[in-house]
Amino acid sequence: MSADLPRGHVPPPVPHATTTTGRDRVTADLAHVAHTPGVPKPDAIVVADQVTRHFGGMTAVDVGHLEVQRGAITALIGPNGAGKTTLFNLLTGFDKPSTGTWSFEGRSLSGVSAARVARSGMVRTFQLTKALSRMTVIENMRLGATKQSGENLFTALVPPLWKAREKEITEQAEELLVRFKLDAKRDDYAGSLSGGQRKLLEMARALMSKPTMVMLDEPMAGVNPALTQSLLGHIQALREEGTTVLFVEHDMHMVRHISDWVVVMAEGRIVAEGPPEDVMADQAVIDAYLGAHHDTDLGDDALLDDGSIEQLEAEEQANQAAAAAAASPTTEEGSR
Amino acid sequence: MDWSRILVNVAGEIFAPTTAAYALAAIGLNVHFGLTGLLNMGQAGFMLLGAYGFAISTIAGWPLWAAVLVAIACAAVFGLLLGIPTLKLRGDYLAIVTIAAAEIVRLVGRSTALTELTGASSGLRGNSYKDTFQDASPFPDGTVALGPFEYAMNASNSWWVRIVGWAVVALACLLIWLLIRSPWGRVLKGIREDEDAVRSLGKNVYSYKMQALVLGGVIGAVAGIIYVLPRAVQPDSMGRPMTFFVWTILLLGGAATVFGPVLGSIIFWVSLMLIKSVMRVGVPESIMRTEQIEQFGWIVVGVTLMLLVIFRPQGILGDKKELAIDVR
Repeated sequence: MSADLPRGHVPPPVPHATTTTGRDRVTADLAHVAHTPGVPKPDAIVVADQVTRHFGGMTAVDVGHLEVQRGAITALIGPNGAGKTTLFNLLTGFDKPSTGTWSFEGRSLSGVSAARVARSGMVRTFQLTKALSRMTVIENMRLGATKQSGENLFTALVPPLWKAREKEITEQAEELLVRFKLDAKRDDYAGSLSGGQRKLLEMARALMSKPTMVMLDEPMAGVNPALTQSLLGHIQALREEGTTVLFVEHDMHMVRHISDWVVVMAEGRIVAEGPPEDVMADQAVIDAYLGAHHDTDLGDDALLDDGSIEQLEAEEQANQAAAAAAASPTTEEGSR
Repeated sequence: MDWSRILVNVAGEIFAPTTAAYALAAIGLNVHFGLTGLLNMGQAGFMLLGAYGFAISTIAGWPLWAAVLVAIACAAVFGLLLGIPTLKLRGDYLAIVTIAAAEIVRLVGRSTALTELTGASSGLRGNSYKDTFQDASPFPDGTVALGPFEYAMNASNSWWVRIVGWAVVALACLLIWLLIRSPWGRVLKGIREDEDAVRSLGKNVYSYKMQALVLGGVIGAVAGIIYVLPRAVQPDSMGRPMTFFVWTILLLGGAATVFGPVLGSIIFWVSLMLIKSVMRVGVPESIMRTEQIEQFGWIVVGVTLMLLVIFRPQGILGDKKELAIDVR
């Protein structure tokens, strides 16, 4: 699969997609995409080329070509040390690559500072939660909002200039807190929250800027099962609103449960791509995990009873769509 | 020495110009440390630079306002120079660089190469630069007694320095009060907590840290002017100990509070004066000589700072709840 195929190609409408939920739409979009590493997507929001990062003699990331579909939930998985978080840091400007270029919504982001990446609409969270402990929950949330004129030293001295915007973002923050069930904690210090609540707060804070794309680094790490369900719900809700989600995760149940597309990394390279059920059966993926995880079931979703029927249906639809696509003359291989 | 005299002396410290100058310097340091988490170990450098800037330009014949602007500009440039290489690094580096830079300012100031300009180690005599400030006073000359306190109206250690000094402190408090509650202050607090998190929310952390460093430094420079108005510019009296006194004052009053630095400064100077005056009367010459009492006062300051950091890190006005949170 070469990198110079035309992008932005919209696949023909799929007749059996009767509802217009985010999941159906994305499933239909991705149905025509080949399951090979570095495959072009019909509507890519992030396109990365030849991104490498060396630490001394070690190559942490060596990604030839990667595209992330707009509006989809894409999971980035791989064994420890595969370079997932490093790739995250590179894409979000928290680290500088050795080589490579990437673009976000058609604008090049290589060499752009982390703050400007965030302002362009790509907001991230961290593997080790960064709740601002000695600030209240609501202040944490307000900090996430953009376009605050009061953040200028001189306008800050004249409250009437920023009070209106402050009221606006406070309302927005309160809505989000209700959604994330943190409204009771509004005036508590963020440092007094539990680990899981901090994860929720960090995600809610990232949403304050109304991002087009959210990058979540291990959103489930250290979160108790009760909160896991609600976090999953929030991530899926993001897709319904049209937000693109890219997340790193080790929890295969979660990956299988909510992702539309899975990218597998091993030793810095992308070794496989595809819908979750296909990827987990892929020999390259099994090889990548072989050793520590050889006997681990990569996708037992027996624990995720709710929604599993929906998912089976979605899988069936995806299979049908794939079959239909294979039968039609314009397959993804020969897309113009 | 009788007790009422001691009491008047001690009470006089509450509104002495030195107390105001230190309060102001601590307010500047509060912008660095309390709000932004910057470890500035060279606040005395900013103060000395402000003092030199003011005194030298006044001696050169510049008007009062221009001399104050020169002091402010010196501190701003100094802050920029320190910030450019260090603010992208971790906090500890700024501490090392600022303590070294403050020493550089002092050593350059006292070097004989610049005797014409700075007066080298003997410094600049107060009378050579006080005129413009004293002439700006609207009050008639002479001595004014207010209750037990009797000072000259305009000359040297005067009511006029006290009025201006505390007015500037009040203005600085108002400034901090406005800023601490603004979105600008919120970004700074975020940086104090975790600058990567703030970066991930789209704020230019480097620029905010620079603004804080320069603003706090400029307040320090103004403090330096007030500090030297009732005395002379003496580079050696504005060295490392001064920085540590400012730190003690800030931690005593409470970092990240509006009035902490003011309260800290008052308590610091009042108790120092109290210890010294009482000991001068109460301790016989055979046990401790006057110079030794002076030294003993400073020892008490050091011990106080240690006890403070151990037992009440949030200071007098600080929020216990805020500090009880484990930041790790």
